[in-house]
Amino acid sequence: MASSMASTSVSATAMKHAGGDGLATLGVAALLGVAGYCALFVAPTERTMGLIQRIFYFHVPSAWTGFVAFFISFVASVAYLRKRLPKWDWLAVSAAEIGVAFFTVVLVTGPMWAKPVWGIWWTWDARLTSTFVLWALYVCYLLLRTLIDDPERRAVVSAVFGVFAAFDIPLVYFSIWFFRTQHPQPVIGDGGSLDPRMLRVLLLCWAALLGVLVLLIRQRYKVEELRHEVEEMSIAAAREAEAD
Amino acid sequence: MTPLPPATDRPSTHSAATHPATLSVREAAMPSAATAEQVGARALSASGIQVLRNRARQPRTSTMFRPAAVLLAKELRTEFRTRELLATTLVFVLMVLVLFSFTFDPTAAETRRFAPGLLWLALLFAGSLMLHPSFTREQTNDTLAALRLAPIEPFAILASKIAANLCFLLFAELLLLPIFSALYNLPVLAVIGRLGLVLFLGTLGLATIGTVFSAISSQARMRELLLPLLLLPLMAPALIASAEATVGLFENPASLSPVWTTFLASFDIMFLTVTWLFGEYLLEE
Repeated sequence: MASSMASTSVSATAMKHAGGDGLATLGVAALLGVAGYCALFVAPTERTMGLIQRIFYFHVPSAWTGFVAFFISFVASVAYLRKRLPKWDWLAVSAAEIGVAFFTVVLVTGPMWAKPVWGIWWTWDARLTSTFVLWALYVCYLLLRTLIDDPERRAVVSAVFGVFAAFDIPLVYFSIWFFRTQHPQPVIGDGGSLDPRMLRVLLLCWAALLGVLVLLIRQRYKVEELRHEVEEMSIAAAREAEAD
Repeated sequence: MTPLPPATDRPSTHSAATHPATLSVREAAMPSAATAEQVGARALSASGIQVLRNRARQPRTSTMFRPAAVLLAKELRTEFRTRELLATTLVFVLMVLVLFSFTFDPTAAETRRFAPGLLWLALLFAGSLMLHPSFTREQTNDTLAALRLAPIEPFAILASKIAANLCFLLFAELLLLPIFSALYNLPVLAVIGRLGLVLFLGTLGLATIGTVFSAISSQARMRELLLPLLLLPLMAPALIASAEATVGLFENPASLSPVWTTFLASFDIMFLTVTWLFGEYLLEE
């Protein structure tokens, strides 16, 4: 009885999710294509670094998008602790996971850019180090979630950790920035002003990646919702077996 | 504030809390030898809960400070009966400091630059191991459930554990400091006042976050591995600040960095506030 009810609700959820996303996906794909074209062909070539500098149009917006994702995760964590609605937990984990994905892109494209330009894959520069610590923090958040079985405990405990992690972000950035500025460091050429055409392409790329972010979070959210339903079903099945 | 499940769902903890004696009877009936935790739990059930219950109808301040003091006394009593945590922490930090000396030449002039960082790293590793029992030792006899049912502020439970861990860590540091000074040839006595301030601020941050995360990891699988994993990235800013402030003390002339000291104090205040606001959710069941 209980299992048949659960299965109808699953099919209802699947039905609800079936349509509507296609158009949005198409739109974001088109935007991404235009952004990619602009980054590769429209934006002017940087004078000293040459073509490799074009990685900048995905490297930097990925970091910005990752920050947006972690901010969404933080807000959702606080909302979960206050309201106790499972949907906030689903949003928190979805945003954190996609944020980690974006920061992984940052950490992979960074060395690809650094090797030809600086001659080394990695330097313990302030921004690199803080980004790495930040990435590690949220990987730990995702690990923590895999180690707690009870759905409600997992939601509460990981929400508290999410809040701590979010408050730690500015401290990580300040401390490492201040620590590194006291030491000699490679010159990164941050002082120069950006060509307005470069800035426009950069913002276009960011818009495209924000679209990707929204799509991915939506998709991941649905997965979490379905997982929740499966968990409920297995709990109901276990209760039924106990009653028999 | 903390929503508690209906008592009928959890008959065992309910009866344990309403009749403190039940806890002792249950323990006495247990076949295993009494561990330090059980002794501590019995001490709490006999005196602590009774004191807390008597104060149930008193104003809000007395549901915070007095219970926290009672609980702190219980934590300290439990630890100083066996001194297990302190002994293991001391030996652990000593071992780490000795092993570090193999990775570079400890007599070089560079020592002044590196040694404070090593000390803080060793303390952080030690903290990530020794803070782990704060909450797991409450699980042995489900004494945390009894604490939750007591008419006290949930933050009092956390605050007492933070204070107890701060005491343990500071005590360990007090014993370690002369040895550290001798091993790495650092003039600790000349700057002892300012060094004490840095040690206090850094250790307060470690105790605060370590205690909260011990409450987190105690509810998960692989908890021994999980606590260091959660603690180390989050403590990175405090590690930098403490190590840098300590390095400044061993420079010539010695100076206490106002930026790093302020940063450490802000770190402590910020996370104590976050714990006060959000920590109680970790005590639910």
